Amino acid sequence: MRARVGFGLFLALGLVVAAGLVLFVSPRASSEPDGLEKVAEDEGFIEGAEDHALADTPTADYAVKGVDDEALSTGLSGLIGITITFAAAGALFFAVRRTGGRSRPDGAPPTSSDSSRDGAAA
Amino acid sequence: MHAPDGFIDAPTSIAMGALAAGGVGLALRKAGADLDEKRVPLAGLVSAFIFAVQMLNFPVAGGTSGHLMGGVLAAVLLGPWVGSLCVTVVVVVQALLFADGGLTALGFNVVNMALVTALGGYLVFVGLRKVLPKTKGGVVVASGVAAGISVVLTSLAFSLEYAIGGTGGASVATVTTSMVSVHVLIGIGEGIITALTVGAVLASRPDLVWGARDLPAATLAPDDLVGAAS
Repeated sequence: MRARVGFGLFLALGLVVAAGLVLFVSPRASSEPDGLEKVAEDEGFIEGAEDHALADTPTADYAVKGVDDEALSTGLSGLIGITITFAAAGALFFAVRRTGGRSRPDGAPPTSSDSSRDGAAA
Repeated sequence: MHAPDGFIDAPTSIAMGALAAGGVGLALRKAGADLDEKRVPLAGLVSAFIFAVQMLNFPVAGGTSGHLMGGVLAAVLLGPWVGSLCVTVVVVVQALLFADGGLTALGFNVVNMALVTALGGYLVFVGLRKVLPKTKGGVVVASGVAAGISVVLTSLAFSLEYAIGGTGGASVATVTTSMVSVHVLIGIGEGIITALTVGAVLASRPDLVWGARDLPAATLAPDDLVGAAS
């Protein structure tokens, strides 16, 4: 198999695209109710919705408390979101691989950007 | 599709929480074998990317919006087990950090948005791959169509939960009809975004696409420029 870009560059580009989307596109996203919310309104079960237990936390509803510029507040919350999601998922999958993985003799050899750490899991 | 607390009664929410825990537990056990050195950071990137794209609500008919759920996207890139965990991480981060999706609703939100889309949607993808040509284009089309169908599957899953434990008085038939009809439209958006993203990864790093690993190398890179054979 062939690759056009190095793995490190691929990862970096992916994260830049994600950051660009939350910073520049998400402030312009539609604020209309989503499909479920709309159905709940139309069918009269929206009243059942309860306030979120964490509604007063600093980043609730994709806004950063204390940042008055709405677009910036949304964008920053998105940056916080992708950072924490990347870190949480990375940590989870690192742990899953260490505890649940097996060595993959059939796996693709590491690219130049991979660390040389041996892949076998205990 | 993030349900708040209160739409579904407590016993059903607890049951769905147990189902979610069972599904995630199974995925955790199966995912280890699918993770090699590159797929750990790749799964982190896919999770972060799905988080980002979930913020991009696009308008659909009648004053409604929708956003990507990402289960099929993650499953095509990483396999269904790792993929379902990627979306689970996103849904949990959204609920805990951004108050998006209720805490007692976390179980059925994980089932609907992560497990049904990634596992159910991936089965659709596998079925489509059997009838479509074994080319990059075939993978892209199968991804897009499966992604669209996965959204409809999810709307059916919510309707089933509403039928079992919905707290509102609306009839199950009208809720189901409304859910499916609006989510067919949202599914079209999901399909387009998924196909574009899978196409972009296939163009740059075809070796990273789990759902295309059966394609012969020659099919994957006929127009390769750099060509670092691995």
